[in-house]
Amino acid sequence: MSSPASRNGNHEATRMVEFRVWRGDRSGGAFQTYSVQVTQGMVVLDCIHRIQADQANDLAVRWNCKAGKCGSCSAEINGHPKLMCMTRMDALPADRPVTVEPMRSFPAIRDLVTDVSWNFRMKRRIKPFKPRRPDRPDGSWTMMQEDVDRVQEFRKCIECFLCQDVCHVLRDHHKHDEFIGPRFLMYTAALEMHPLDTEDRIADLKQENGIGYCNITKCCTKVCPEHIGITDNAIIPMKERVVDEFYDPLTRLFRIFKPR
Amino acid sequence: MSLPDSFIVHEHDVLVIGAGGAGLRAAIEASAAGVKVGVICKSLLGKAHTVMAEGGMAAAMGNVDDRDGWEVHFADTMRGGQYLNNPVMAEHHAKEAPERVRELEAWGAVFDRTKDGRILQRNFGGHRYPRLAHVGDRTGLELIRTLQDHGIHQGMEVFMEMTVVSLLKSGGRVNGALGYDRERGRMHVWKAKAVVLATGGIGKAFRITSNSWEGTGDGHALAYHAGAELMDMEFVQFHPTGMVWPPSVRGLLVTEGVRGEGGVLRNSEGRRFMFDDVPDAYKNQVAKDEEEGWRYVCGDKNANRPPELLTRDHVARCINREIKAGRGSPHGGVFLDIAWIKEKLPNAGAHIQRKLPSMYHQFKQLAGVDITTERMEVGPTTHYVMGGVLVNGDTQESSVPGLFAAGEVAAGLHGANRLGGNSLSDLIVFGKLAGEHAAKYAKANRAVEIDAAEVAAKTAALEEPFARRAGENPYAIQSQLQDSMQDLVGIVRTHDEMERAIGIIEDLKKRAKNVAVSGHREYNPGWHTAIDLGCLLTVSESIARSAIDRKESRGAQFRDDFPKKDDACSTFNLVCRKAADGSMEVSRRPLPPMRDELKAVIEKMK
Repeated sequence: MSSPASRNGNHEATRMVEFRVWRGDRSGGAFQTYSVQVTQGMVVLDCIHRIQADQANDLAVRWNCKAGKCGSCSAEINGHPKLMCMTRMDALPADRPVTVEPMRSFPAIRDLVTDVSWNFRMKRRIKPFKPRRPDRPDGSWTMMQEDVDRVQEFRKCIECFLCQDVCHVLRDHHKHDEFIGPRFLMYTAALEMHPLDTEDRIADLKQENGIGYCNITKCCTKVCPEHIGITDNAIIPMKERVVDEFYDPLTRLFRIFKPR
Repeated sequence: MSLPDSFIVHEHDVLVIGAGGAGLRAAIEASAAGVKVGVICKSLLGKAHTVMAEGGMAAAMGNVDDRDGWEVHFADTMRGGQYLNNPVMAEHHAKEAPERVRELEAWGAVFDRTKDGRILQRNFGGHRYPRLAHVGDRTGLELIRTLQDHGIHQGMEVFMEMTVVSLLKSGGRVNGALGYDRERGRMHVWKAKAVVLATGGIGKAFRITSNSWEGTGDGHALAYHAGAELMDMEFVQFHPTGMVWPPSVRGLLVTEGVRGEGGVLRNSEGRRFMFDDVPDAYKNQVAKDEEEGWRYVCGDKNANRPPELLTRDHVARCINREIKAGRGSPHGGVFLDIAWIKEKLPNAGAHIQRKLPSMYHQFKQLAGVDITTERMEVGPTTHYVMGGVLVNGDTQESSVPGLFAAGEVAAGLHGANRLGGNSLSDLIVFGKLAGEHAAKYAKANRAVEIDAAEVAAKTAALEEPFARRAGENPYAIQSQLQDSMQDLVGIVRTHDEMERAIGIIEDLKKRAKNVAVSGHREYNPGWHTAIDLGCLLTVSESIARSAIDRKESRGAQFRDDFPKKDDACSTFNLVCRKAADGSMEVSRRPLPPMRDELKAVIEKMK
């Protein structure tokens, strides 16, 4: 897991930056300080790799693509949930140390690596895609681009879980058993808004999956590295469907006078 | 002798190693056949390198141009591979890809649409017609997420962040695998009746690569040491367009989709140099001027493709030549310009952002370049290995009974050079075949007991680095290997340089036996790097040895000392195997025979 960063030529201006990196495991830990030579264009993940290659071979960090596409290197940088690979050093204040710590809403494994397995369990709880019968004999369907634009927006999600990390329902109130978090509310929305899908997940959203806990503070939307309109485009419409199904007084009244 | 209690033992009918597109597709197929399936992911589920694929998956559905069909796709693939491909695989691929793509839609994938609501297809290098089903420039994400979300409901057992370090064998058959989990560093033994390798590529053998840390050739090495054969290892694809600046993202992929959407390559003099050198095999398929090239991009069926959409091996060499001749960009690349299309389209900025959103994002955020108004700087980057485990073209089974391989780790489909877009389709076509035949094998064969002594010996070797107090830094050895491969076995090769590389590899092999790691076993990247080193050294050696033995330039291999294609070399593939004394043996294998019907297809499409 070394990085090319360790061998780059110094043909750009360099400076020394102090890093405070959280090191520890399930039982606790502390910040340790490292000094890193930073050249132009470097991102935080490059610096972590440089520390790993030269000063702390066993510094644990999870990463893959280093291009903002896989969503593995989520962390809290100077207190903000971010992808380490997409956070440029020159975008951070130069006059103080850079703090890097693991996502705090998930249990620590080691150093910057957290146990995100809860997310994978939550996803399995959601009823899978169930398409209508194909439109054509070759098994294909007709869907217009304008009808899939919204679903495609949600499907840009790289599952970095930064939205889950920042959500106060999980972070502060630890409702992991009753609330699936913004990522999976949006995942449900992507299925519900899929033009071919025939499944109904609205009752699950209200009951097992706890959509009511979300009080639309939009923290999830703010940290999304893919700039998906999680709250406005996914969660609010799902809340509206729940309301329509369970709380709308007109619908209730209508049902009294004209029972189904 | 039985396994000690410290081992965690699992039992499956089919064990799939790797959870990218090929692995997940194999696991889905095997699960559908009703056998018990385990899938091992080196990273978290859904993070495999497939996620990085951008442009699309090639399938001759003919949604955009109805002249397309399997015969055209087959001929394009064979021509692109310089006829070293296994025609049986190229035929399966061309015929089955459309059905595999439609199946993804049935599992929830949402592809971009044509005006009449079908799956949209885009142009790509070496494909005669618009053929790539895609989702903007994040097709790989769509593929892996679709397979993941479908797969988790099919009953397979998923092992995340675990690495296999050795295949286990008994009586000549594969019967399982040995590995560790990253979280705790515990040893695991998976007993299995059949094993599917789907471990992807080897990019990390080179310094400049589009591959993530995972691309260390694990499956190639596992298969080789288990007695399987590696074929075509000299053919490593250098993608023509990787980022070159800033230094920390050097090698990061810039999708061919940029050129598919009208992006052009220029040197420092502003010349579109790709027009200067068009290979004979493509003379009839390339635009005669810039105007015709643009008409092709716009979908004019009577126009030929711009030369930027020639095959990757050729484009990479042309770029390399411009840079070497001193006509490169400030940071040692050439210019890729998509912004120029504003001369042709009224709302070009918005169009680029819609068609290439993650490229826009990537350059804006990492390089501070706005691709809707500015040129990009790009240069070749190690991207893909055409070579891999030699498999039966119909079943994906290797020469070791019970061991299958699919996707990048397998050889055969792409020959000497892969066409863009043929990788994602490779994954789903051959992932399915491998899963199907592995399940069949598992049903027909009984489980074979694990040899506990073999496991103990292999485990002891893994733990040695912890015992050494003063030893080599694994990262330093890895860097040195990457530098040597980049400089001596890269895009332009010579006999002498590659012999030097072999010498260095032999030396590094000795030093790798003396690596030391600090800390403990839990999530220890130093230890993992030390383990991956063995795989990287094996694949590097096989690349260098094969490249030395192919004394010609063909496809992805360019030899400065043999700059021409040699007909005498068009009759064989090179195959590496582990000899009885442990050394690597390279031999020539005659090309598999081609049916007359397929020969006729190639003639017809010339």
